[in-house]
Amino acid sequence: MSMARPTASLPAANLPVAGTAAPAATTAAPAPDTTSLAGTLLRRRRAWKPVELLFWGVAILAPLMLPRSMLLMNEIAILGLFALSLDLILGYAGIVSLGHAAFLGVGAYAAGLFALNVSTDPLAGLVAAMLAASVLGLLSSFLVLRGSDLTRLMVTLGVALLVFEAANSWRSLTGGADGLQGITIGPVLGLFDFDLQGRTAYLYSLAVLFLLFLAARRMMGSPFGLSLRALRDNRLRASASGVGVNERLVLVYTLAAAYAGAAGGLLAQTTQFVSLDVLEFHRSADLMLVLIIGGTGWLYGGLVGAVLFELFQDVVSAATPQYWQFWVGLLLVVFVSGGREAVHKAGAALRRRIAALFGGRRA
Amino acid sequence: MLTILFDGVAYGMLLFILASGLAVTLGLMNFVNLAHGSFAMAGGYVTVVLMQRYGMGFLATLPVAFLVPALIGAALERTLYRPLYDKSHLDQVLFSIGLVFMSVAAVDYFMGSQQQLVHVPSWLRGRFDIGGVGVGRYRSFVIAVCIVITVLLQFALTRTRFGSQLRAAVDDQRVARGLGIEVGTLFTLTFAVGSGLSGLGGALGAEMLGLDPTFPLKFMIYFLIVVTVGGRAGLIGPFLAALLIGVADVAGKYYLPQAGAFIIYALMILVLLVRPQGLFAAAR
Repeated sequence: MSMARPTASLPAANLPVAGTAAPAATTAAPAPDTTSLAGTLLRRRRAWKPVELLFWGVAILAPLMLPRSMLLMNEIAILGLFALSLDLILGYAGIVSLGHAAFLGVGAYAAGLFALNVSTDPLAGLVAAMLAASVLGLLSSFLVLRGSDLTRLMVTLGVALLVFEAANSWRSLTGGADGLQGITIGPVLGLFDFDLQGRTAYLYSLAVLFLLFLAARRMMGSPFGLSLRALRDNRLRASASGVGVNERLVLVYTLAAAYAGAAGGLLAQTTQFVSLDVLEFHRSADLMLVLIIGGTGWLYGGLVGAVLFELFQDVVSAATPQYWQFWVGLLLVVFVSGGREAVHKAGAALRRRIAALFGGRRA
Repeated sequence: MLTILFDGVAYGMLLFILASGLAVTLGLMNFVNLAHGSFAMAGGYVTVVLMQRYGMGFLATLPVAFLVPALIGAALERTLYRPLYDKSHLDQVLFSIGLVFMSVAAVDYFMGSQQQLVHVPSWLRGRFDIGGVGVGRYRSFVIAVCIVITVLLQFALTRTRFGSQLRAAVDDQRVARGLGIEVGTLFTLTFAVGSGLSGLGGALGAEMLGLDPTFPLKFMIYFLIVVTVGGRAGLIGPFLAALLIGVADVAGKYYLPQAGAFIIYALMILVLLVRPQGLFAAAR
């Protein structure tokens, strides 16, 4: 259900790119080669690498290895989904956002209210969360089309603050500062009850993350994803070569909002509580750090970042619970002022070494 | 009614002094510095510490509240900010959010998280009447100081050699360098003055805006609104925007308290929607 909606938009997004390739085919002689080359490249990009299988294998087996930290792992999965959502607009489409928490919060409140007033079925609640967030995403997407980076920063921040103020003052609906309490969630698919250790919660969040990740992977590996990158790198050139810039930005922004809404819905359902905290500014800021740690513009960036960030938070906040934001800040400053290059260089060197190791054994 | 207008003007003036440094670094130099409020907070805390621990008078602390943030600003500009001038906006945002988080936690650690009180001298307390309109003494003091600073700033930017060098350096760094203008020193000095003014604003505003460790986060959006809504062509735009926001905010909180900060945010989004470059942007 949650997958059908985003993928349905694909064929439509496909058309303009195919359209631009076709005239070239009629005029230039080696045209069939170029189209088949693009196809091969896309297919190669889409092929699953062994590392990816390993990643998801570890994620599925994690409850067996670490049965005690299921709640932490649930948080990681949700944060990973949230970061994946930001990566869609920041890493792929180049939209800088300081207000992504708005969509997380709307999703969380929608899921909470849905469970309180309509039905306790988690999947239906998740769909409601995604719908609510994507409506807000669609409406606010028109605001980020114009202006410079700075305008976009301000507008996204402004939307998030507006949503926060709305949730704060509309007490009868949101419970104001007290939040939504007494949320009960039924078993997933009518089979799996939520337990205290968070086993069901983690596996449920992981399943949702995996399905949405698959959809995102398919989309970003499609001509639609490539056209997003094209307009990120050079908007003028992309639109000159026939890429409809505005439709794509609206589409990807709405899509990212739906993803963030799903993360919010998962958060509300697995913690059975929603408060104003889901809309706080630090959520958006921390999210940027998560994505930057993992790296933007590749889908695993958010997931890797979420794992590292949550582990970091777990260790540091255990040591200094009150001042842990200081260390987040320090990490950001160090990262931007040269730490990132060092990390990426080390990562690349490690990858080369591993590749050499495997290559050596095979030979 | 007129009292509200007066309070709004005082608030707007204060906002302008707080944001004037940002109007230069963000508006002219195009550096997204979300940590501007941290310098204001530094100024506010300098005043608090000097008054509470060393028994200095309020007025005597103001020059120090300017100097300390200015020195911090100069040091940070030389070491951390400068390499980021030609990085992407995303990097600048991340970096300055990091600074905000660090300053919030550090002040919380050293000073505690409680609201700090600044006792203004007795001759600045209370209010007097002009034609039936109640006018706060402290607010008129703030307005007077801010007018002086605004005039000085505008004069410095448009009429002095320093100002024209700065405008040249902002417009085209390479050519300015080629003409023998010391762009690096110029930027450091500008950044320091901007930080110092922000600190002064923080000290002056501690009584009106409140002062606690979350100050940079709470007012970050206001400073940014002043600059983005005002446009990035000079100081006049941000000045008018600050007055507009000051009056709108005070009036909104008085007439529609349940709307909270709604009005300001909605106003900002509306303005940026219609004019993404700000209200008073120069036509380029």
